[in-house]
Amino acid sequence: MGAFGHYLSGHFATFRLEFWSLFVGGVANGFLYGMIAVGYTLVYGVLRLINFAHSEIFMSGGFAGYFVMKALIGNSVPSGAATVFLIIVGIVVGGTAGALVATLLERVAYRPLRRRNAPKLAYLISAIGASYFLFNLAGKEFGRYSISMPQPYINHPVFHIFGAAVQLYYVVIFIAGVVMLFALDRVVATTKLGRSIRAVAQDAETASLMGVNIDRTIALTFIVGGALGGAAGFLFGLGTGVVYTMGFVPALKAFTAAVLGGIGNLRGAMIGGLLLGVVESLSVVFVQAAYIDVIAFGILVAVLLFRPTGILGERLGRAA
Amino acid sequence: MQTFLRNPHLRRFGISFLVMELVALMTGPPGSTQTPTAGFRGSFFEASSFYGLFRTQRWVVFLALAVVVFAIWSGWLTQGSVIRTTTSKALTYPRAVTQRKPVRWSLLGVALIVALLLPRIVDDAFWHSAMTEQIGVFVLLATGLNVVVGFAGLLDLGYVAFYAIGAYTTAWITGSLPTPAPFHGHFDPFVAIPVAIVIVMVAGILLGAPTLRLRGDYLAIVTLGFGEIVTIFANNLYGITGGSQGSGPIPHPVLHVGPLHYVWSLKPVPYYYLLLVFLVIFLIAFSLLEHSRIGRAWTAIREDEVAAESVGINPLKYKVMAFAIGASTAGFAGVVTASQSNNVFPSSFTLQSSINILVLVIFGGMGSIFGVVVGAIIIQVAYSYLLHTPPQGYQSADLYMYLGALLVLMMIFRPSGLIPSRRRQREMVLSKAGEGHMDEVLTGDTP
Amino acid sequence: MSDLIFNVDSVTLRFGGVVSLNDVSLHQKRGEILAVIGPNGAGKTSLFNSLTGVYQPQEGSIFFTNREGKVISIIGKKAHRVASAGVARTFQASRMFSALTTFENVKIGAESHRGIGVIGAMVKGPRTRRGERHSDERTEELLKFVGLYDKANVISSSLSYGDRRRLEIARGLATDPQVLLLDEPAAGTNPAEKIQLTELIRKVRDEMGVSILLIEHDMKLVMALAERLYVLNFGSVIAEGSPEAIRSNPVVIEAYLGSSDDESEKSPS
Repeated sequence: MGAFGHYLSGHFATFRLEFWSLFVGGVANGFLYGMIAVGYTLVYGVLRLINFAHSEIFMSGGFAGYFVMKALIGNSVPSGAATVFLIIVGIVVGGTAGALVATLLERVAYRPLRRRNAPKLAYLISAIGASYFLFNLAGKEFGRYSISMPQPYINHPVFHIFGAAVQLYYVVIFIAGVVMLFALDRVVATTKLGRSIRAVAQDAETASLMGVNIDRTIALTFIVGGALGGAAGFLFGLGTGVVYTMGFVPALKAFTAAVLGGIGNLRGAMIGGLLLGVVESLSVVFVQAAYIDVIAFGILVAVLLFRPTGILGERLGRAA
Repeated sequence: MQTFLRNPHLRRFGISFLVMELVALMTGPPGSTQTPTAGFRGSFFEASSFYGLFRTQRWVVFLALAVVVFAIWSGWLTQGSVIRTTTSKALTYPRAVTQRKPVRWSLLGVALIVALLLPRIVDDAFWHSAMTEQIGVFVLLATGLNVVVGFAGLLDLGYVAFYAIGAYTTAWITGSLPTPAPFHGHFDPFVAIPVAIVIVMVAGILLGAPTLRLRGDYLAIVTLGFGEIVTIFANNLYGITGGSQGSGPIPHPVLHVGPLHYVWSLKPVPYYYLLLVFLVIFLIAFSLLEHSRIGRAWTAIREDEVAAESVGINPLKYKVMAFAIGASTAGFAGVVTASQSNNVFPSSFTLQSSINILVLVIFGGMGSIFGVVVGAIIIQVAYSYLLHTPPQGYQSADLYMYLGALLVLMMIFRPSGLIPSRRRQREMVLSKAGEGHMDEVLTGDTP
Repeated sequence: MSDLIFNVDSVTLRFGGVVSLNDVSLHQKRGEILAVIGPNGAGKTSLFNSLTGVYQPQEGSIFFTNREGKVISIIGKKAHRVASAGVARTFQASRMFSALTTFENVKIGAESHRGIGVIGAMVKGPRTRRGERHSDERTEELLKFVGLYDKANVISSSLSYGDRRRLEIARGLATDPQVLLLDEPAAGTNPAEKIQLTELIRKVRDEMGVSILLIEHDMKLVMALAERLYVLNFGSVIAEGSPEAIRSNPVVIEAYLGSSDDESEKSPS
């Protein structure tokens, strides 16, 4: 007991010391999870299925961002306006790649199955196949080792919060994440596209009777979700580098975030992402880094078993 | 312009062209991050001779192939709708030729004789180890996963975890792990068979009992995560599993039963026969199971869980049962692999292998024991062949790319597999016609 | 020992804020053919789902007398437990195992309440063989009883509506129930099938001694079959009594005439 108490108090001491810096890192991760998670939730809303290939949308954004950074930066060390420009270009290119892959995915792996009213099992298998195909194709074309992305800035602490340094990289993620998630929220809440998405999510049959073009709405939903996923891929790659398997773990966690917030619920996915990012980051103090992934998975199982509707409850229509 | 683009012939040709050029990319040389265009350039613009007929750039070769595909496709469509006739055939009762009993039994007999003589027929060291490690083990794994995916309709993406647990259990009780073994180890791997099967079955029940209540897509993710966790633990618990370096050596089994004496060694062929014996046992057991009340209950649950409950079937119980049976098959395969390869490594139990096994089941035909065995043999032979004589530009990891593409193609064109199970095929046809409640089983769209 | 097969007392069922059943009480005597009628959305199917363990009402009690004459509570039991206890049902939109044959459908019902022997099934041991033979015999018997014997090897999804009802009834009876719940058995059947169905339902009660509880829109069928009726409206029981009494009950007439137009043609007159 004494030894264990000592162990705990030791860890809590570290915890107090590191809390804010871990917190900041967790929020940054959380934004990335949130940006991926909304893709799961949007597609779930309109198709009632989990897009298993979303991880590859994320991966494609990472690679697209990598290549454009490599082409634009070369050996220079950008700063100031050039940095802002490069980051925006990276996000746009990553997002475009993500949207493109998402569209292809919808056309090839989902639409033919939708045409013949296939059972859900077929969609899952088809998506898993597409995911495998895509990341292994990327592995073949771009090599199977991790490579770091040319940096559009020199990473440095921008400001301090409760003594914890906030790196420029995190600031980029915060700004990009807030802007994109807010924009998405508004799009879904106010635009005609958003109304169609919500209508299809609530009741596809009625929506189609009311004149909503289901095929178009589903395609656009993939594009919107894909764009955010791709952008997140670029931002993730900026910090961690890119490799053909980079999508797997972040996507699994983002899926956990989507379930945590209530799958189909847009704001739920954002909140779930932030929550998961922070919890995961803080748990570094208590478990070895190698087991961090186990924590996210444990949360996933616990949520599915005890509160399958998540924190905010399911359904896209209700959220926004 | 719009109407021009919507022209069905143009569309069809466009699709053929894109698909064939994608094949060009898939079969082309690899690239790398430093030379990202190398793969593309090599795939499309490298000179290639088309059976010595003409020498030209690859993309032209594949354009020519696209024309052929387009022609076949167009011709096929004018032939009348092939799909319609096959679907209505699935709903009529008369049995197909392979379903007729005498034909089937003699076919099986021939297959068994071929299997027995195979190491003689193909007398080659590479193929001997391939038919054991790649074909035999994977046919067994596919047969086990077929119980879970095919019979019970549960998508298990972490199947390889049970395979790993079986292998590590063998290492454990033979005293080959860093962690102390029970009864000071030194058990024969034969002892590991029942122990591993029981341990894996318990693991299957422990994972299954809480998670099998979940909807199908959630179950897939949870099992996927479970598979990852087992790998993470195997990689990091150095004191117990030996970590990423693996653990060994695991002794070979020794048989001393009555007049039978045999000592297995590193040679693969004796393991091939060991696998064959157990494979036959498993196949018979599963085929009886399929046509027993348990098999019928699985079908009932798969098709309409609500109706199944209304006749007193406890879905959870049957799902856990399928899960445990599938798991224990994988556990057994783990025992054989561990003792044959002498070692256990976490890297043999990745998500890739789980998907690989899933492809074997889907390709052969979910729920069709015969189909799964044939499908698994075809894919694993192809895999071994590519390993043995790789074509130019092929890397062994490319296989997963082909398998992924195969999964998508199967789902689009032949969801019930190469040799479909009749029940499954009917379900696919019926769900197309809007009948049946299969989806509710998966998504649990209950109020 | 109770001669009440169902004893439902002040059951209330809510979904979120919507009250689906409000203080519903109902009693069914053993061997009785009882009907529940009411306009669409009156809560009839909710009542069925509560009686079969599919829904769990928040208030009230549902007691059922099982084969051994023991009174058990339905509330809190899972659907498959309720079915094993002796409550069989059919569904409004018939739900068969559509990729299986008629024979297999009924056989699944016949064997569902035997213990599961996995090892036995894998080696096809003597107990399994005996069980199979027993279920086969029982299935044949029931198919003959409902008149589907000549369609035993037909894929169930190709059966007509009327035959699907028979199949569902046979499958329910195969579980050896005390009571059979029929959810709009006449829906989608033609007049000739309706008459046969009426006879079949009565035969089930008379020859097998199974109590019948049915929900039906078709007044002719209800009046011909039921010995007693409950009328549901907006989740509450508004009347109870013999067919004659119900026919002339002003509250019932009001409820039916006050509801949508398509009900009026079927309303009691």
